[in-house]
Amino acid sequence: MSAQPDLLYSEEEEALRAAVRDLLTDRCDPAGVIARTESDAPHDLGAWKALADGMGLAGLLIPEDDGGQGATHREAAVVLEELGRSVAPVPYLTSAVVATEALLACGDRELLGRLATGRAIGALAVPLHLAPDVAFPAVRVERGLLHGQLTGIADASCADLLLVPGDDGGLYAVEADAATVTPQVSLDLTRPLATVTLDAAPGRRLGDARPAVERALRAGAGLLASEQLGLAEWSLTETVRYLKDRKQFNRPVGGFQALKHRLAQLWLETVNLRATARNAASALASATDANTDTDIAVAVAQSYAAPAAVHAAEEALQLHAGIGMTWEHPVHLHLKRAKADSLAYGTAGAHRARLAALVDLPSP
Amino acid sequence: MSVDAAELKRRTAELLAAHPPADTAPADFLTARFAAGLAWVHYPVGLGGLDAPRALQAVVDAELAAAGAPDNDPRRIGIGLGMAAPTLLAHGTEEQQRRYLEPLWTGAEVWCQLFSEPGAGSDLAALGTRAVREGDDWIVNGQKVWTSSAHVARWAILIARTDPDVPKHAGITYFVCDMTDPGVEVRPLRQITGEAEFNEVFLTDVRIPDSRRLGAVGDGWRVAQTTLNNERVAIGGMRLPREGGMIGPVATAWRERPELRTHDLHQRLLKLWVDAEVARLTGERLRQQLAVGQPGPEGAGMKLGFARLNQEISGLEVELLGAEGLLYDDWTMRRPDKVDFTGRDAGYRYLRAKGNSIEGGTSEILLNIVAERVLGLPAEPRTDKDVAWKDLAR
Repeated sequence: MSAQPDLLYSEEEEALRAAVRDLLTDRCDPAGVIARTESDAPHDLGAWKALADGMGLAGLLIPEDDGGQGATHREAAVVLEELGRSVAPVPYLTSAVVATEALLACGDRELLGRLATGRAIGALAVPLHLAPDVAFPAVRVERGLLHGQLTGIADASCADLLLVPGDDGGLYAVEADAATVTPQVSLDLTRPLATVTLDAAPGRRLGDARPAVERALRAGAGLLASEQLGLAEWSLTETVRYLKDRKQFNRPVGGFQALKHRLAQLWLETVNLRATARNAASALASATDANTDTDIAVAVAQSYAAPAAVHAAEEALQLHAGIGMTWEHPVHLHLKRAKADSLAYGTAGAHRARLAALVDLPSP
Repeated sequence: MSVDAAELKRRTAELLAAHPPADTAPADFLTARFAAGLAWVHYPVGLGGLDAPRALQAVVDAELAAAGAPDNDPRRIGIGLGMAAPTLLAHGTEEQQRRYLEPLWTGAEVWCQLFSEPGAGSDLAALGTRAVREGDDWIVNGQKVWTSSAHVARWAILIARTDPDVPKHAGITYFVCDMTDPGVEVRPLRQITGEAEFNEVFLTDVRIPDSRRLGAVGDGWRVAQTTLNNERVAIGGMRLPREGGMIGPVATAWRERPELRTHDLHQRLLKLWVDAEVARLTGERLRQQLAVGQPGPEGAGMKLGFARLNQEISGLEVELLGAEGLLYDDWTMRRPDKVDFTGRDAGYRYLRAKGNSIEGGTSEILLNIVAERVLGLPAEPRTDKDVAWKDLAR
């Protein structure tokens, strides 16, 4: 095993967190996010522009020579914690992490430069629920034109650039206006899915799809744990706050031991989730392309984070009781995101199956 | 001046040169290590330390382990190391610190903890053991229970009631009790494992000089908090490598004995393997926070997680072993001289781990502590707060 990973936050990371939180407090209040989910434009492109272009966060993982910030997954993880806390409807994980990692694998400097500024949004056209090491669908490639349909593509409806696997083993760049993107009705209102239909769409071959997709989904799964941490923290904090205020039987509800124990248990899970999310971000930041320790760190993080975040959101709903069931209270946004996140980039079960191979605990 | 890592390495090398472990009796080496201030580097000079940052102990430990230096068998002297020592450091007089700390650290003197009573477990402050002042001495009468290592201990940390006329937390005083004194009777308490690691201790007119009082009269509850906080860290906060602790033997059995594998056990094993790895990372993060002087409240949770993990993993291990899981290594009544959570066979581990959520504060009490002190939720309603101890229903 390599040296102990740094599981803390640096001062710079805390400053970054504060800046992102300030911006999201101003621009992504719960009522606004709820209203937006039912509008024609579910993505908040104004907030995206401020984060991506204004603060330069879209290019965190892109080297400075290619127009990015040359930062690491540790900083991107801090951004994702805050985005998870506010369930911000911005394509950060899908564009600035997953699509960006695929382009980094292909070494396409021109497209990296476009994504780095945040002026173009990228989407990897692989269904959101797939784990890093499983087969993914591809479209037919004929004389450089792409034909076929892909479903379950996260944030495709706001993407400018689609990265599409072809049946010749290549990964192709397709401009979104050359494809038909049809929104699907999604469980997670803040990270909507879409169907991408390609009818002789021109595409440019960027490189081999397999390594690019694996790298992209590995980073997506690993950093998703930080988004799940933000979600779980919001759920815990808001629930504690509510239970201190809410009175029944002439006492604050939070004074009842049955509920205190459940909240203490959530706190423990959140503490564990933080350690494992930091470990995954740290491992990704120092990873080479093929690195078993990083694969283990990512698989451990998703095995733990997915059920922990869902548990936190489910407890938040139950303990908010009646108000938690209403459309106007934001807990449903967090529950929907947490449940969708538990499938995104592979379920906990899929990641445990990966671990079985990685740590030599084979199935019967 | 603060001692840094380089200076500690230099001093460790000096110790090893002057007392080569291969040619030195372990007890002599440990004594020399204490004198060099390398026992617990964050303790004061003269008391086994160098006033160095606590995190740097790892530097010394690594160098000494690499050189094959003897350790002081923390499993045998865990209560002294983990609980008595930090309490003596925080609340003892200089004379007390000089008398007790060195033999405690070298293992020459074993300590036990006379806290719990048959009627005062989770409600520890309800204890009824009485200490009555008589000249320069205190006369102690009462019964303690669940006392690990009392049968091998030279000293005990003891809390006793010195004022029954005030509310229960206010009337307690903290003492060091000499286990060889007349009136101290230790009886083995046989447990579900078959052995007697714990004891009952009967105190009959035990005479404790006032010079063995720790802290002020009536301030024993506050002093005991130092002990209890350190106890939880000591139980739950051990540093482990990946697959250290109870998950290790289960993973090994899984790899080496494919005939034991089932799909159900596989799913449960993978989940517990992840939980063990996550607990390890949480412990590592806590240590990193301590090292940079940002102690977080995570320590409060470590023991809770440790207890649950040990119980689930050892339960799985018994099942994994199939026919062998139906056997037990030895029910003979014995009185082991050390606490060993992970030793012996799977059946022993399973039964002993049941104690992990009871000893050092039950999991239910620790969840209350997290809820109230970390999350700031309202405290349990109290009916005993302003009532003198003697007027409480028992």
